[in-house]
Amino acid sequence: MEILFILIPVSILLGAGGLAAFLWSLKTRQYDDPKGDAERILSTEWDDRPRPPPQKSEP
Amino acid sequence: MSDFSANRDFGPRISACPACDAAPLAERVAGAAAARGDLVLSLPTAHCATCIADVERALLAQPGVRAARVNLTLRRVMIDAPGRSAEELIPVLENIGYEAHELDASILTSTAAERQGRDILMRIGVSGFAMMNVMILSVAVWSGATGATRDMFHWISAVIALPTVIFAGKPFFVSAWHSLKAGRLGMDVPISLALILASAISLFETINSGTHAYFDAAVMLCFFLLVGRYLDFRTRAVARSAAEELTALEVPRAILLQDGAEQVVNVADLAAGDVIRIRPGARVAADGEVIAGMSEIDRSLLTGESLPVQAGPGVVLSAGEVNLTGPLDLRVTAAGRDSSLTRLAHVVAMAEATRGRYASLAERASRLYSPVVHLLALFSYGLWLYWTGDWRVALNVAAAVLIITCPCALGLAVPAVVTAASGKLFKRGLLIKDGTALERLAEVDTIVFDKTGTLTMGRPELISLDALPGDLRPVALAIAGASGHPLSRALAAALVAEGVAPAHLDRVAEVPGFGIEGEVQGRRIRLGRADWVGATAPESADGPVSVLAVAGYAPVLLRFADALRPGAVACVAALQDSGRRVIMLSGDTPTAVARAAKDLGVTEFRAGVTPQDKEAAIAALATQGAKVLMVGDGLNDTAALARAHVSISPATALDAARVASDMVLMGQDLAPVAGAIELARQARRRIKENFAISIAYNIVAVPFAMMGLATPLLAALAMSVSSISVTLNALRLR
Repeated sequence: MEILFILIPVSILLGAGGLAAFLWSLKTRQYDDPKGDAERILSTEWDDRPRPPPQKSEP
Repeated sequence: MSDFSANRDFGPRISACPACDAAPLAERVAGAAAARGDLVLSLPTAHCATCIADVERALLAQPGVRAARVNLTLRRVMIDAPGRSAEELIPVLENIGYEAHELDASILTSTAAERQGRDILMRIGVSGFAMMNVMILSVAVWSGATGATRDMFHWISAVIALPTVIFAGKPFFVSAWHSLKAGRLGMDVPISLALILASAISLFETINSGTHAYFDAAVMLCFFLLVGRYLDFRTRAVARSAAEELTALEVPRAILLQDGAEQVVNVADLAAGDVIRIRPGARVAADGEVIAGMSEIDRSLLTGESLPVQAGPGVVLSAGEVNLTGPLDLRVTAAGRDSSLTRLAHVVAMAEATRGRYASLAERASRLYSPVVHLLALFSYGLWLYWTGDWRVALNVAAAVLIITCPCALGLAVPAVVTAASGKLFKRGLLIKDGTALERLAEVDTIVFDKTGTLTMGRPELISLDALPGDLRPVALAIAGASGHPLSRALAAALVAEGVAPAHLDRVAEVPGFGIEGEVQGRRIRLGRADWVGATAPESADGPVSVLAVAGYAPVLLRFADALRPGAVACVAALQDSGRRVIMLSGDTPTAVARAAKDLGVTEFRAGVTPQDKEAAIAALATQGAKVLMVGDGLNDTAALARAHVSISPATALDAARVASDMVLMGQDLAPVAGAIELARQARRRIKENFAISIAYNIVAVPFAMMGLATPLLAALAMSVSSISVTLNALRLR
């Protein structure tokens, strides 16, 4: 039964990890354009190097 | 009414949000273009990865464009380009083959809705996580864990479940509190009571090392009900964003003339006394009087007349009319919200008030459900207290009753059916703006159509092509192609369809209000009003006419008719076949209405109907007990649309008409209207079936709970089986 003291925290930690990943994906607005994201993966643009961040803009 | 004013309220939202600048970095990076979004363009034809790449590359290659990001889900591109206007960027996209329209960014307020959606999703995520973990521990307890192990599992469950219930249940607690304060017993009151009672009892049992804990039931309840709430939210968010996009497509701008110089301003900034210029093809932005220019005006959206009327100095125009041929200068008499729109808002509010509020099936069910559930729980508590004298046992039984009767079916089944049905209708081109519209549509037995712009396209079509001699056709095409007048365009379209090649014009000039004049090999050619080209006007004109006069030839009379909307005949036939009454009310002339009625197979029709008459006709039908579906597009239909049991307007309708109606037809085809009624009836049947299913579950499970036989396992089973079966039933919708 002592195995429970390891397994229960492990199962909760794994679940919490999944929850944290979900919350992060929500925070970074990864569900705003599901259709576009599904298509963008097919684009060959920026296959060689990452896309540079948007140019800095001052108001 | 609130909808109406909300849509009209174009405030300077961008500057009104100082906190936006301090938003978290993560949000700024991902939504950089959206947050500052100087320009938003609609891309109705974008559909693939190549489209995204093409559009973004073309826009970023433009000087001054700092960021451009396509959102394929919304079919929009957000552009951050200070100093560049949409008029400069739209041709860039059109050159590479993408249709683009400017959207008024101040109307696209979806950010608040997005935040609400993310909030519900976050609560679903948390309760889902808690549900799985607590369920693992509960299964261990149900399979026979006893003593210290069971207590430890209960404690771990409590640590996970209690914070989850507080966090994930917040929307229910808040809404229950609001309805209690208002003295009502909403559906969220028994939900909140069940959540609180189940958590409290379970905690109490855990502290006293009791055998039963309902932590799993509490978090599962949160999860299922939140899913139902999210479905409900999605349906409304999709409809609202599509409706907003239609409104945003009409950027409310006007050309203000100041000391002879043209200046583009927002319509909201116009004041009485300003002079504005209306270009051909543009919509009149404000009520006013013409002070210069000659043109023809299309009033069909206001009066239903399909024939254009002459406009010259001294003529009074109303906002919403369309200028056809020549530029007009207009002195504004009433601008923006002071104009005819305010009068209209008043009429719409009156009509909506007389219609009364419609209680949806779910509302009526929950009105019955809440008292019954509370009474049952109270009754079981009293009974067990009387029998055993042990308040702890009695409270346990009462909690079990509340959990088992909890309205998962009510909270999940109705949104699931409505989501499935509105998703299907949206795919067929019908946008549902109001949640109860689907149920009202199912009851419809009488359909009232407007003619111009609804059953017809509001666009003329040449019907006397045979009258035009073959050798004149190239000349006719050349001269018609040089004009933007609807009749010329119809003539050109008919000739192009015949495969005619245009002749070469030596000289061409449009005479606004009269017609167009040109020269081919020394021959003068005129196309336009009969008296202007030097021909005698036909005696009985049952539609728009135009005369083509070529020097040396007899003048040719060209007759036009308003083209029927595709699918209109099939739609009317389908509605009549299903035994429903179809009526056509139009503000147009009797001959034009009679001809359209004959083409469509409509037997009941009235011509020359004023907006007041339309509303009165619908009110009269309603008093006879008819459930009326009104389909219309113009300002003259707006009061009738608001008064009818349920209403539909095409996407080409005026903003005010779309706001007043419950559904918007996105495409040109009218056929989805007939199918929508059938789908709505099917959806209503599914909702009722789902009620029957959950009532059946309750009839079986509630006696168990009241007899004190309900274990947490039984509660969990009853809840999940009933939730899943109603959702599956909802998805059966075809």
